[in-house]
Amino acid sequence: MTFLQQLINGLHVGSIYALIALGYTMVYGIIKLINFAHGDIMMLGAFTAFMTLTTFQLPIGVVLLITIIFCAIAGMLIERIAYKPLRNAPRISALITAIGVSFALENLFLILFGASSKPFPYHINLPPLSIGPLQITWITIITLLLSVGIMLMLDFFIKKTKIGKAMRAVSEDEDAAQLMGINTSTTISITFAIGSALGGVGGVLYSIAYPQIQPYMGVMPGLKAFIAAVLGGIGIMPGAMLGGFLMGIIESLTKGYISTLWSDAIVFGILILVLLIKPTGILGKNIREKV
Amino acid sequence: MLTINNINVNYGSIRAIKDVSFQVHQGEIVTLIGANGAGKTTILHTISGLLRAQSGEIIFKDQTVSSTEPHQLLKMGMAHVPEGRRVFSQMSVLENLELGAYTRKNKKEIEENISKVFERFPRLKERKKQLAGTLSGGEQQMLAMGRALMSKPKLLLLDEPSMGLAPILVKEIFNIIQEINQTGTTILLVEQNAHMALSIAHRAYVLETGKIVMEGKAESLLGNEQVKKAYLG
Repeated sequence: MTFLQQLINGLHVGSIYALIALGYTMVYGIIKLINFAHGDIMMLGAFTAFMTLTTFQLPIGVVLLITIIFCAIAGMLIERIAYKPLRNAPRISALITAIGVSFALENLFLILFGASSKPFPYHINLPPLSIGPLQITWITIITLLLSVGIMLMLDFFIKKTKIGKAMRAVSEDEDAAQLMGINTSTTISITFAIGSALGGVGGVLYSIAYPQIQPYMGVMPGLKAFIAAVLGGIGIMPGAMLGGFLMGIIESLTKGYISTLWSDAIVFGILILVLLIKPTGILGKNIREKV
Repeated sequence: MLTINNINVNYGSIRAIKDVSFQVHQGEIVTLIGANGAGKTTILHTISGLLRAQSGEIIFKDQTVSSTEPHQLLKMGMAHVPEGRRVFSQMSVLENLELGAYTRKNKKEIEENISKVFERFPRLKERKKQLAGTLSGGEQQMLAMGRALMSKPKLLLLDEPSMGLAPILVKEIFNIIQEINQTGTTILLVEQNAHMALSIAHRAYVLETGKIVMEGKAESLLGNEQVKKAYLG
């Protein structure tokens, strides 16, 4: 396959990593928590879509919408039940709780759906688009358009709307934000809702690309998206997008040119290298305070 | 306007504030002076709800607010300019001011208020697109005060507005505090710079290791031998 073909494949999976990475980075930005249950939210999204597709046979647009709403609510509930009581506890407690939530979700779905993989029942039966020697599937095109569209909307939301500004204020200085009259609890809830909705969309897109779903499906992509977030600079939204696309491209190129078996090792190796050279991530900066 | 009755505040196991009581009346500038670590900032944080008192009560506009959330207190008309300005350094000057008006709805009024703030602090207008983190210390103090004024407060809590500023800027800031007070905002001012604080305040309380040790008219404290010795050098 040509280099360009690999690049396009990389962009496809990378855009999904970017969507999931945004959830990690938004939550980290606002409450300094690595939400290890985020990968399982992605799985939750995949199963929600699976259920609505198989039982109700709804069109994919409606399925996506239901998934978004369901995952947003799930994210808010998890925050309220598991993380909010630990707001003033040491950070390690919240981190361990996140791992606990992750296990709880995985096991809940094991009980509900069993361990075996299920085929994801959505296909696009259009022939791939051929541009010269390149073959671009419609799934790739739709995934890219959808995820880039969502990212642009998110960027606008964070930069221009009142709630977006409140989110930035809380993530920069929670006390000062409270003194502006911002309800930080609500703002944190909204952040979880948006992050989880993005994770849910990521889950659906991932399941369409790799159409097998099972309760542990969120672990590996979740981990990679987390690495993408760290790679780009955790807490920084453009960093998560950049990191996600980079991860996808590197992974696809190693699979194409070096070895399929080694691709994960190489991706993780690159993370270690970047962190050695620039511990704050590619777009991370050291913020110095002015006195 | 504000009544503090016998509050006790702990920091972990340490009692930082011991049985402190004082009042701020409508239209006044009241100052709390005292050395570093006397508990001035702790008191302000307790009033605005960032910290909770273990006992005692805080009454603001005839309502007990000892357990009210900071964002609700702001709606009731209390604004707090924290120590070290705490501007949102990754946001522009304009965005900082807009956040100050977060609880207000009327866009036109907010616009008017922003131009008022720019009138009072012309330097902020020149820099409205700049990130707040790139401003000088004095400009950040002006921004922090302007941002607090955006909520149209009845009571303004100011924590060490002179900290780290050149003497000429300190004078400017204190003139502005007086102007803000003359337009009808009550002010509770916490300062280490006792001389400046006493020269603009109506009344003052002296705080020593978490207790109020002296109170009175600002002018008389300015002439008091003990105060002179301990705080005015």
